[in-house]
Amino acid sequence: MRRYSDKANAQAKSYHTDRFYQVPQTPKYDPSSDEHYAKVLKSLRDKFDIKDAYVEIDQLVVIIDSDDNKAVMKHLHDKCDYTFLSEMSAIDFLHKNGEFEIFYQLLCMKERKRMRVKCRIKEGQSIESLCDIFKSADWAEREMFDMFGIVANNHPYMKRLLMPEDWHGHPLLKSYPLQGDEAAQWYEIDKIFGKEYRDVIGPEERNTKRVDPKDTKNFARIGYEVPYGEKPINKPDEIYEDFQEEGGVPLIKKFTRKNQTILKERK
Amino acid sequence: MAQHKVNYLQEGGLPVALTTVDKLVQWGRSNSLWALTYGLACCAIEMMASGASRYDFDRFGTIFRASPRQADVMVVAGTLTKKHAEFIKRLYDQMAEPKWVISMGSCANTGGMFNTYATVQGCDRVIPVDIYLPGCAPRPETLQYAVMMLQKKIRRESAFQKLKPKRLV
Repeated sequence: MRRYSDKANAQAKSYHTDRFYQVPQTPKYDPSSDEHYAKVLKSLRDKFDIKDAYVEIDQLVVIIDSDDNKAVMKHLHDKCDYTFLSEMSAIDFLHKNGEFEIFYQLLCMKERKRMRVKCRIKEGQSIESLCDIFKSADWAEREMFDMFGIVANNHPYMKRLLMPEDWHGHPLLKSYPLQGDEAAQWYEIDKIFGKEYRDVIGPEERNTKRVDPKDTKNFARIGYEVPYGEKPINKPDEIYEDFQEEGGVPLIKKFTRKNQTILKERK
Repeated sequence: MAQHKVNYLQEGGLPVALTTVDKLVQWGRSNSLWALTYGLACCAIEMMASGASRYDFDRFGTIFRASPRQADVMVVAGTLTKKHAEFIKRLYDQMAEPKWVISMGSCANTGGMFNTYATVQGCDRVIPVDIYLPGCAPRPETLQYAVMMLQKKIRRESAFQKLKPKRLV
């Protein structure tokens, strides 16, 4: 039984966790089970320090040291025919152990095999660029820098790819708020009008459900209509957040906040 | 011999229609609302459908122009991202007065479902908006209705009103 948590206003919260979610576990096999992968792994083990290697969902996964990344990738490109870097990026594990995991997804057209090379770096550490070996690493590394702040050394054009150049922060970090930090929330106002216009324009309205009952210019309450811009006749302190009409709809019983009970303990 | 006989005893006795300059000018303006092609996301598909033969914006005198210098109305069709905000402002400033803005769809109105760091929460934070068009995405009929409402609004306005600076400028 899971711990009870308060469900009040759960709809307005932007974060959702599945109560019954379990991380799927896929079996990991020894690379010797596949002839091609065994050969690739042997050639890698002869030259480099391989921390771990296994076959997961028909793909070889090799975990290497982050300093070796360029040499390993050059070896895989030249000697093992992995000529296609289909994807690369990073994963933020900073909250766990202060590290990023960088992964490179490779394809061998000759053997019709895919493999993945992983390495871990500490926060603030940079990694060697692979632009000389794989052309597709150019934009992928720029995106990685944009989203995580991981710099690729010797990259020809280390600049943000997706976000504007004067953006503050790296949005794919787990520590970055979904609705943006202060610089993000005022970004367009600061850039176009200047910081002094923040007071004129006001903060962003992020609650799409919110209706201000005092505002009779933009909203009219059913049953309490007043002419445009005049004083409201309903209880002005109540924030009106219900979509359903007072009478309700057939067969559906209306659940109000007053009717809800929160159990201290369920069992 | 005149083919069409003028009956001088009807319509006040003269073949003349009386109106005001305001009405005449605004009638002309409202019936040639040239729109800026400004598709930002999926609403642009509906905007294109409105312009194409089935719905046919040309009937209203609305012709899409690819230049802000030739456009009277900007239809903000789609999600406005923060990166793009400065460009919508620049394009709006480049349009010649008088100019109007239709905010088309939920994303342009309020940010819509994109309650995130990268989306402007309503294009009225950057440019003044005349008509907010709800829907995700609004059907072409809805956009036609918005244009007709804008025409109504224009016909009510004075033609020679002082160009007062709009809220954000």
